[in-house]
Amino acid sequence: MLGQFGGGAKFLAGGQSLIPLLKLRFANPDHLVDLNFIPGTSFIKEGSGALHFGAMTRHAEIEHSALAGKLPLLHDCAAGIADVQVRNRGTIGGSLAEADPSGDWANALITLDTTVHCLGPRGARAIQLGDFIKDAYTTALAHDELVTEIEVKIPPAGSGGAYVAFKRSAPVYPSASAAVQLTMADDICQNAAIALGCVGLTAIRATEAETSLRGKSLDDKAIATAAEAARGAADPQPDMRGSAEYKRQLVAALVKRAIQIAAGRARGEQVEGAHLYA
Amino acid sequence: MPEAAAATPTIEKIAVNININGKSYLRQIEPRMLLVEFLREACDLTGTHVGCDTTYCGACTVLMNGLAVKSCTMFAAQADGSEITTVEGLEKDGKLHPIQKAFGDSYGLQCGYCTPGLMLLSHQLLSENPEPSEKEIRRAIAGNTCRCTGYMNIFKAIELAGRNMKGD
Repeated sequence: MLGQFGGGAKFLAGGQSLIPLLKLRFANPDHLVDLNFIPGTSFIKEGSGALHFGAMTRHAEIEHSALAGKLPLLHDCAAGIADVQVRNRGTIGGSLAEADPSGDWANALITLDTTVHCLGPRGARAIQLGDFIKDAYTTALAHDELVTEIEVKIPPAGSGGAYVAFKRSAPVYPSASAAVQLTMADDICQNAAIALGCVGLTAIRATEAETSLRGKSLDDKAIATAAEAARGAADPQPDMRGSAEYKRQLVAALVKRAIQIAAGRARGEQVEGAHLYA
Repeated sequence: MPEAAAATPTIEKIAVNININGKSYLRQIEPRMLLVEFLREACDLTGTHVGCDTTYCGACTVLMNGLAVKSCTMFAAQADGSEITTVEGLEKDGKLHPIQKAFGDSYGLQCGYCTPGLMLLSHQLLSENPEPSEKEIRRAIAGNTCRCTGYMNIFKAIELAGRNMKGD
């Protein structure tokens, strides 16, 4: 259908980013194709060692899903996006396809083994999330292609994750966010994935911080070293949410907190994690 | 000038039928019409307010099939065939809804601009969780901005409404 309308048409998912952009005339499509009336595009399933999310699954559905709660990082992310009203409408597929540098899902999911399933007139494609997000507001999707499913591999036993974002108020995008996914064995960190949100054109993997944690027990010193490395990896722009230096400081503090929560969860503790806002 | 005439193309209207507060409203509208415009301008239901028009303030909150949505951030065509509840639909047979009564009894409003949105958001909250803690209320109404009350009486109103609805 989008092929029929040509390049001037756009897909409309939850609309919680696109409709505000249309009002600002930042997006100006000739046609909108509403995906909300297509049945079977909203689901949460488990199969072959992964969780599968239909592209039109609402943030609120993920927030309240016991299955998605198996990966606490996903619950942290879903439950903190904007506010109740936006979570009732906004979708995980729409968030990834929008690729807003401040969007929550891309930053949370990049720390897990995530595949984006896409469909277009030339058939289906499965794209690793890291290859799917090309740049700010730019994905690997062709204009007539859409996201159908997001597949997230369930990490091995002894894993724990956390997503912590700081927002000035509920409905706005975060000023900065940190996603941490750890795998521990006998109190030693086997594997770590750390991503920083809103401090670059896309989510930034803090690889130096990840390396600094591997093979260590996560004492205060190790966590402080990782947070310091994450601060160096951030590449923020000053804007109304704060100066570049403020955001570096903030993201380092969020990484520290996210590592502490993720480590607790990897030990099997119930630790509450969430977006922080006034 | 021919350029000026070409700048305003005729937009083909579409039929949209929405059940609002138990009554069917069939209207011919431009596809770009927002749900809040449909309610206020096509149906004369002006209890739903437009605060910021930027998905921030929550004054335009209505229930769509029982879930709170910001009606400034949806096209009316997207609500075709669904059930919408606005503040006008809370009162039944001349009797205020317990949420409305509690907002009055607790002084949970001053100017009243944000109140319809807050009451409909509270409706979803209390239908899922009749006894919310203050923390849960804070989280739930975080998308509704009130510039008068300081929120304390709103928390009290929602707690009271929950108690009264349980007692019913």
